Amino acid sequence: MSSRHSRRSFIRMMGAAGWAGLIPAPLAFARGPSEQKLMVVVLRGALDGLGAVIPYRESRLYDLRRKLVPPKPGEKGGALPLGSEGFALHPALGGMHASWREGQLAILHAASSPYRERSHFDGQDVLESGGVEVLASRDGWLNRALQHTDGIEAAAVAGALPLLLRGDAHAVTWAPSILPEPDDDTLGRLMHMYEDDEPLHAALQDAQALDRAAGGIEGDARGVARGRSYEPLMQAGANLVASGAAGVVVLSLGGWDTHRNQGAQGGALAARLGQLDRGLAAVRETLGDMWSRTAVLVVTEFGRTVRVNGSLGTDHGTGGAALLVGGAVKGGRILGDWPGLAPSALFENRDLYPANDLRGLFKGVLRDHLGVSRGDLDRYVFPGSKAVAPLSGLV
Amino acid sequence: MHSIQTMIATNRFGLGARPGEAAEANADPRGWLLAQIDTAGSSRLENDGLEGSEQSLVAWYAFQSARRRATKESKGDEEAVRQALSGLTTPRELVAREIAARASFAISTNAPFRERLVRFWANHFTVSTTRNVVVPVAGAFEREAIRPRVTGHFFELLHAAETHPAMLLYLDNAQSVGPNSTLGRRRDRGLNENLAREILELHTVGVDGGYTQNDVTAFARILTGWTVAGPRAPKSRGTVFFDERRHEPGTHTVLGTRYPAVGGEQAVRVLRDLSVRPETARFIATKLARHFIADQPPESAIDALGKAFMGSDGHLGTVSAELVRLKEAWAEQPVKFKTPEEFQVSTLRGLGVEKLRLRELRATYASLGQTPFSAPSPAGWPDHADAWLGPDAVKKRLEWAQALSARVGNRVDPRVMLAETLGAAAGQTTRRMVNGADSREQGLTLILMAPEFQRR
Repeated sequence: MSSRHSRRSFIRMMGAAGWAGLIPAPLAFARGPSEQKLMVVVLRGALDGLGAVIPYRESRLYDLRRKLVPPKPGEKGGALPLGSEGFALHPALGGMHASWREGQLAILHAASSPYRERSHFDGQDVLESGGVEVLASRDGWLNRALQHTDGIEAAAVAGALPLLLRGDAHAVTWAPSILPEPDDDTLGRLMHMYEDDEPLHAALQDAQALDRAAGGIEGDARGVARGRSYEPLMQAGANLVASGAAGVVVLSLGGWDTHRNQGAQGGALAARLGQLDRGLAAVRETLGDMWSRTAVLVVTEFGRTVRVNGSLGTDHGTGGAALLVGGAVKGGRILGDWPGLAPSALFENRDLYPANDLRGLFKGVLRDHLGVSRGDLDRYVFPGSKAVAPLSGLV
Repeated sequence: MHSIQTMIATNRFGLGARPGEAAEANADPRGWLLAQIDTAGSSRLENDGLEGSEQSLVAWYAFQSARRRATKESKGDEEAVRQALSGLTTPRELVAREIAARASFAISTNAPFRERLVRFWANHFTVSTTRNVVVPVAGAFEREAIRPRVTGHFFELLHAAETHPAMLLYLDNAQSVGPNSTLGRRRDRGLNENLAREILELHTVGVDGGYTQNDVTAFARILTGWTVAGPRAPKSRGTVFFDERRHEPGTHTVLGTRYPAVGGEQAVRVLRDLSVRPETARFIATKLARHFIADQPPESAIDALGKAFMGSDGHLGTVSAELVRLKEAWAEQPVKFKTPEEFQVSTLRGLGVEKLRLRELRATYASLGQTPFSAPSPAGWPDHADAWLGPDAVKKRLEWAQALSARVGNRVDPRVMLAETLGAAAGQTTRRMVNGADSREQGLTLILMAPEFQRR
């Protein structure tokens, strides 16, 4: 990592907030392409794409994983149909289904990064670096894309920057505190102590502004910090956008590695999906008018096996599902190709075939939502990806 | 009052002064550091609960197969899986023990300069638990490959690091197969270039070291065969060996030198040549200068260290001594912003903490953003302020400092702590603020968060 781009004070980005509280209309984001907001939600542990977006007309689905499939659309507690193409959302995704009906949800199924093995870390590494192999670069595609935009401020709701946001473009982190907040008197004295120390002074001042922007976490902060519930984190992420503190926000949500007792309409996966759905609803509500300029990308490192395993769960697979939701999204569509579940169509006789390259989705969003040029995307953001065309008309 | 020179020795070169340490270093700060270079045994870390890499890998293999079996038999009953695995040591427990032993050692060692060198070199040769295969052996790697060799010849350190099971697993060489090897011709397995690339880019000549993709590929071919005996190996499971059947035959050229086929020794010869190249000397000199002097180190310091490296065939004791003698390293103003771990260790040393509670330690690491053995990439933890001086990161330091001060405030006097940890290096403002604090607790928090304490 170089320090080519020196640290910018977050406060300057936000205007003159200082001690005085939140600024209503952030000057820095008033015009230009940075008017568009992007949230990237990384589901760590590998979301079961076939569990979230169910190809319910595939009879093989019931042969291979009957115990993991919720009732069909129309039945009691049934999946939520997506048009007439034979797909349905998991019943826990009611909010997402409403977005679909409003034309604000697009889905890329049977999708994957170029990674073809089955390690979480390696899969996440490739997903986030934007390369074609493990450990290909030490910065992330989103950071590289930001270097080709008009200075959009980025933030991650995390203790440390995820690979996706690491790199030369400036980005901050915010995480809920698991220890008591500093007391005001000590804080005041410290600010005084830092008067001749610009970097520390700016950092501590920015931290307070960032805290105000993110809002507090209610309830069990320790549990939230460990990722036990998504909604408070997603709420904080939305607050960062709504306050103008960040135009791009990354969230990391763990807990998707459903090897055991994955469940169908209820169970481990349903619980996680329900949390995600409520979190997205909170994002939408928080963003208000800004929602119409927002796209939320929900991605994961790979899919899971088509067959149920011996412990009523699924194992690491290949093709998965990615969701793009938001007021800016031209949705109500299933994107890309559908390989089906025929025995000959499965990848290595076990996984959903990775028919669609996730980079096409990312490129489409970056080009049409954030204004990154095709040339920069091919050469710099996703090196060597010229053959992967951006998906068009996503926003 | 302890001189600024003394505080530079204990804080910049050491791990932060413990009570009484500055007094020891005060008479001759440089001599105090130089003496630590020759105390080879003093960085050894041994502890009843720590296993060698071989035992750890064998235990891990056993754990994996037990888990597979239990999962298969349990039909989804998680309690049954837990029962079946109770009594087996999990890899995460192994690494937790390593973290605790390492932290205890750091807060108590009386050769802190040597320990800083251990940490510098462990970070240079990063292996990370972010890849699961490394979890059981990350701690053993540092103890076995790094600790005994931080003041010997660079070649010995390089060789030990690259042929340790942790590195062969972390950078995939254990799986790499030469396309024309016996195994390569039979199976659909291939060459993996990770280790070769990282040795060149991160461990020796550096990214500007003048190598090409052809050098990387040739070196990767030479490295094939160096692997780790897996769970189904007939014998010596968990140990490193050279597997001729995976080794790509033939002569290969790396950085202009031809290396004829001589089996496993072929790779060792490349490492030997790389270890004394001028590009390597300069790359190492730059990293050392960045670590001890400044994020953007002065060219004069890099030159001097590079010269010491070349003049001694990469003898790290000689290079470390040169570092201690460099006037650039004794600039009075501390400019290196401490990493979270440096901040934590220097805090615990400064407060004279002797016993660590593992659970608290873990929460601390997570909150401050730097858990040992889990660097984000093979490049290791960043060594510049930009990466650590973020708003939320500084606030998390403050929260931790405040919580810790509340716990020890009844037994530590801030004025004594200030004298012992910063001495003459504490500026007027800091002195005034600490003396004017409204409680011991607040005084301690202000010391820990003072600009002079946040840097070294």
